[in-house]
Amino acid sequence: MPLLLLIIIIGLITFALRAIPIFLIGRGEMPLLMRRALRFVPPAVLSAIVAPELLQPGGVLNVSLGNFRLLAGALAILVAWRTRSVLWTIAVGMGALWFLVWLKSSGILP
Amino acid sequence: MQITQPSRYAEFWSGVRAELPILLGVIPFGMIYGVLARSAGLSTALAIGTSSIIFAGSAQFIVAQLIGSGAPGLVIILTAAMINLRHMLYSASMAPRLKHLSPIWKYVLAYLLTDEAYAVAIAHYTATDPQPEPSPYRHWYYLGAGLALWSTWQISTAAGVILGAQIPKEWSLDFTLALTFIALVIPALKDRAAVAAALSAAVVGVLGNSLPFKLGLMAAALTGIIVGLWVESGAQTTKLKDAP
Repeated sequence: MPLLLLIIIIGLITFALRAIPIFLIGRGEMPLLMRRALRFVPPAVLSAIVAPELLQPGGVLNVSLGNFRLLAGALAILVAWRTRSVLWTIAVGMGALWFLVWLKSSGILP
Repeated sequence: MQITQPSRYAEFWSGVRAELPILLGVIPFGMIYGVLARSAGLSTALAIGTSSIIFAGSAQFIVAQLIGSGAPGLVIILTAAMINLRHMLYSASMAPRLKHLSPIWKYVLAYLLTDEAYAVAIAHYTATDPQPEPSPYRHWYYLGAGLALWSTWQISTAAGVILGAQIPKEWSLDFTLALTFIALVIPALKDRAAVAAALSAAVVGVLGNSLPFKLGLMAAALTGIIVGLWVESGAQTTKLKDAP
């Protein structure tokens, strides 16, 4: 199969997956159970993306003080909860990660 | 009291601004894709074109890898479809908000429906829902977030393809994506049911992380939804029982 054709087919499938619910559900009233269920899509999907990033950096489960992404992420969760600000959460989270890496590289942390 | 409604342009630019922090993490990701696509044997034009034809980061990565390893076309198509299956969930969750829009709007917004645009747009919808009269132009916010992401993705993948340059891995800029999602998910955890949905999805997401085709993510999302519904109906029954 020519590569261009392959890419176009994948593009069409991706678009269909994104468009079909918008067009079908937009037509009439949604069943109550479905309306209730959709409220949980954002917290469920976003947590499922974030949790492995914090607990399994590099693909291996690491729940220890040596896991800097977990420590920085925990601090970021606290900041997000107190400030509700995306910018503060990113600033403190990245700052904490860089600080921990710096402490390690300068020999202050083992 | 007169509540001033934000104009289309105000909504559009707030959407762009809300998307900006995420772009920090998207730029290195896009550049690395560009480098990978070239080394997998895609021509310059096709490597760049893929970013607007498929426009889905993780799917593009895996498609490029599979092309490079000489996998059969059907396998590549099915793998990409599995990876992008989660977009159906996003689409279903967006559908009620876009119901009143014209088909052209629906086509455009469906095309722009990625992890990063969805996260920002749905947070805006959820935050403004309780207002007595939410702005009628909230889809402009979604459009702003989506287009900001789209153009950044095009430019950064093209830069990766052409320059082959990479941002040093030591900067850990990919971590900004996780941090943004944390900032978007925490304010949405307003009741026990939402917290239960997030926690159970996190556990299944970690357990299923090694499964192929992002199946772990799908399993985690479905678990979170079911647990959320279950806790919510439990809470309602208790309330009824307590009622005099």
